[in-house]
Amino acid sequence: MFVNGRACAVDPGTSVAALVAQWCPSAEGIAVARNGEVIPKSAWPSTSLGDDDRVEIVTAAAGG
Amino acid sequence: MAEDLVIDGRKIGSRLVIGTGGIPSLEVLDAILEASAASLATVAVRRVDAGGRGGILDVLRARHVDVLPNTAGCFTATEAVLTAGLAREAFGTNWIKLEVIGDEDTLLPDVVELLSAAEQLCDDGFVVLPYTNDDPVLARRLEQAGCAAVMPLGSPIGSGLGIRNPHNIALITETCSVPVILDAGIGTASDAALAMELGCDGVLIASAITRCREPVRMAAAMRGAVEAGYLARRAGRIPRRSHAQASSPSEGIISLDAP
Repeated sequence: MFVNGRACAVDPGTSVAALVAQWCPSAEGIAVARNGEVIPKSAWPSTSLGDDDRVEIVTAAAGG
Repeated sequence: MAEDLVIDGRKIGSRLVIGTGGIPSLEVLDAILEASAASLATVAVRRVDAGGRGGILDVLRARHVDVLPNTAGCFTATEAVLTAGLAREAFGTNWIKLEVIGDEDTLLPDVVELLSAAEQLCDDGFVVLPYTNDDPVLARRLEQAGCAAVMPLGSPIGSGLGIRNPHNIALITETCSVPVILDAGIGTASDAALAMELGCDGVLIASAITRCREPVRMAAAMRGAVEAGYLARRAGRIPRRSHAQASSPSEGIISLDAP
């Protein structure tokens, strides 16, 4: 699957919550989209990812 | 004396909104926030591995500055709507500074995509503050779409060219009933004062502060300029005249002629 534009090998069935834990020290100020749809935080543990998914994990940066 | 700026029923403590784009460091941002006395500041939404460290949120929180996420970098309504959705989820706010850009060279808004995104986000319960052209008709259309404020540009983002069409900005402030926040193009303090004198309710400043030689000093200057312009607007300037009008009385002038 692709995470933030990079091809990543992720175990099938990995949850969004587990992926975020791998990428971020804290889930504070983080949001996730899968294939162009926002995944609410409440659904992270129950949302499993597959090989074809394109995931974006975002946070705040200086800008605007 | 001074009235609060109110957007969507929420009091904004300062009429100077800080854009965090271009800050040299989080330490300088902290000092800018203190010097500007801002209570609202923008952040962008970026991938966690692309410089988005989240530390900026801690700086804002410590200064009790509310987050105004933006959709900077979006070129289509679809991208902007998704980015706004991510911002709402990440930062727990339904406020969004909506930017939909037409091209990289001018960074001017793509007005068709902008209006479409504004309509979708307003329908979805967002408090939308759109970055828009200095076009009174478009500003009215954005207000009609349900936007909580309009943010016309003075000149292109980061250009420092000031307010290129003060007449249009004045028309927008006269015709819009939602707050008007001048966004983009400010170069120095007099530009910010002019925006307020034209009737704007606030000014958003990023580059003019963050990219100048002494950002903290400029933040203080902008704070003073916004307040001065606001007070001058409320005080009501004198009319412009073609000829002089003496300010000293014409009676009682001494005469060298008898008697």
